[in-house]
Amino acid sequence: MSEQASGAEAAFQAALDQGRFLIQRCQDCGEHVFYPREVCVHCGSIALEWVEPTGLGTVYSTTTVRRKPDAGGDIDVSLVDLDEGVRLMSRVEGIAPDAVRIGQRVRARVAVTNGRGLVVFDCCDDAGGVR
Amino acid sequence: MSGNGDSMRGRFAIVGVGTFGCGLAPGYTDMELLARAAHAAVSEAGLTMRDVDGISTASASATMWSMPVIEYLGLRPRYVDGTMIGGSSFVAHLLPAMRALESGQCEAVLVCYGSAQRSAQVGRREIVASRRYLDPQPYEYPYEPMLPLSAYALAAARHMHEFGTTRRHLAEVAVAARRWAQLNPDAFMRDPLTIDEVLAARMVSDPLSVRDCCLVTDGGGAYVLTRAERARDLVSDPVYVLGNGTAIWNRQISEMDDLTLTAASASGREAYRMAGLGANDIDVCELYDAFTINTLLFLEDLGFCAKGEAGAFVEQGGIAPGGRLPVNTNGGGLSWGHPGMYGIFALIEAVRQLRGECGARQVRGARCALVHGNGGTLSSQSTAILGTAETL
Repeated sequence: MSEQASGAEAAFQAALDQGRFLIQRCQDCGEHVFYPREVCVHCGSIALEWVEPTGLGTVYSTTTVRRKPDAGGDIDVSLVDLDEGVRLMSRVEGIAPDAVRIGQRVRARVAVTNGRGLVVFDCCDDAGGVR
Repeated sequence: MSGNGDSMRGRFAIVGVGTFGCGLAPGYTDMELLARAAHAAVSEAGLTMRDVDGISTASASATMWSMPVIEYLGLRPRYVDGTMIGGSSFVAHLLPAMRALESGQCEAVLVCYGSAQRSAQVGRREIVASRRYLDPQPYEYPYEPMLPLSAYALAAARHMHEFGTTRRHLAEVAVAARRWAQLNPDAFMRDPLTIDEVLAARMVSDPLSVRDCCLVTDGGGAYVLTRAERARDLVSDPVYVLGNGTAIWNRQISEMDDLTLTAASASGREAYRMAGLGANDIDVCELYDAFTINTLLFLEDLGFCAKGEAGAFVEQGGIAPGGRLPVNTNGGGLSWGHPGMYGIFALIEAVRQLRGECGARQVRGARCALVHGNGGTLSSQSTAILGTAETL
């Protein structure tokens, strides 16, 4: 990765704000890295490059946070394992929060609200098609 | 129970413990609760504050907490440990204090904590809000998890998925804690509690209901550690430290490799190695039960049963009074109380059990106790094994 004008956290968010979801890959050990770092969490290298993941993943665990309607209502919080081998916290949208199941295949989507991007997921079938 | 552990085993002892204001303590600050607990622990050891030349302490809000504590108590310590790794801190403070005592750097270490969390004017809501800025987790906060609760809920959901653990198993943990609390006049929640009541309780972050969560109470706790030779001169019943180990693998739940396997597996291994003991040698167990899933995970990771089998282990009152293993004999964080960071209170209960002071909840003939502290969101783990003189 060439010198850039910001750290990994700001670079990640800047791409997200433009609707692009990027993760890192280590040019020395070949492993993918998430969340974005300055140093590879697997081998300690600083040779991290940005790559575009397939966006496909599987729900590793899930919980429904119970909130009163005036506090935003119930919301899903899931941990998703991307096919690239990294995990992130996110939420599955488009179905009831308590209908999200461990093992559900999901596909990433960047939701941009007030100019700020956030990775969320939609359910998909095994081949990655959005249902 | 003769051990073949390492050279630290049994060479240091807890000579005094103290608690103050546990439950409700309106009108007291964190520092005042700490100071009264510290005074009680130092007095019980037959010492005065002037004899304290080592200090270990931590606060959930003040980053430089050891300094105001030293100032408030009027200490001039030669040894200071302000390590803050959440609720396990006061268990993890043991080994560095033992090293300092061993080297001659100091003679008496005071480990102390206080929290007016329940009664304080600045509530948990404000602390959680300020932490977003002071200690950001930018890859979790945008998804609005209810931390720490949702992190433990995610672990519980995964444990249920992999091993067939049920909400009833989780409820067994809450009911066992309540049954111990009913034997402890100092416990905060002592009303009868049934499995069905836990199952019917308000859901907070699935699969954990409000009855799967620890209490929010006030309280101060403290203990004093010295070399064993000195301990025997000070008190008739020192409680010896046989082993201690600490392990941290991650901070955020999203960074934990396997939500069903905690770093307690590593901290426990280290503590057992030092003690030259195993799970079969433990008479009484104090496991940091911030949530019901914690107890199941730690029973497995500390070797009391195989991975995935803790649900069956706790069935039919397995860890309740009269069960197969006495666990959280004071009622635990779930029913005794939980002043923000509970680890020191788990350790104090273990000491009192080994001294035989626990009245109706006393585990008869308890000689060897395991204390396990947890911090963050299953992030930091520290295990200690304590024993009476018979275990040396």
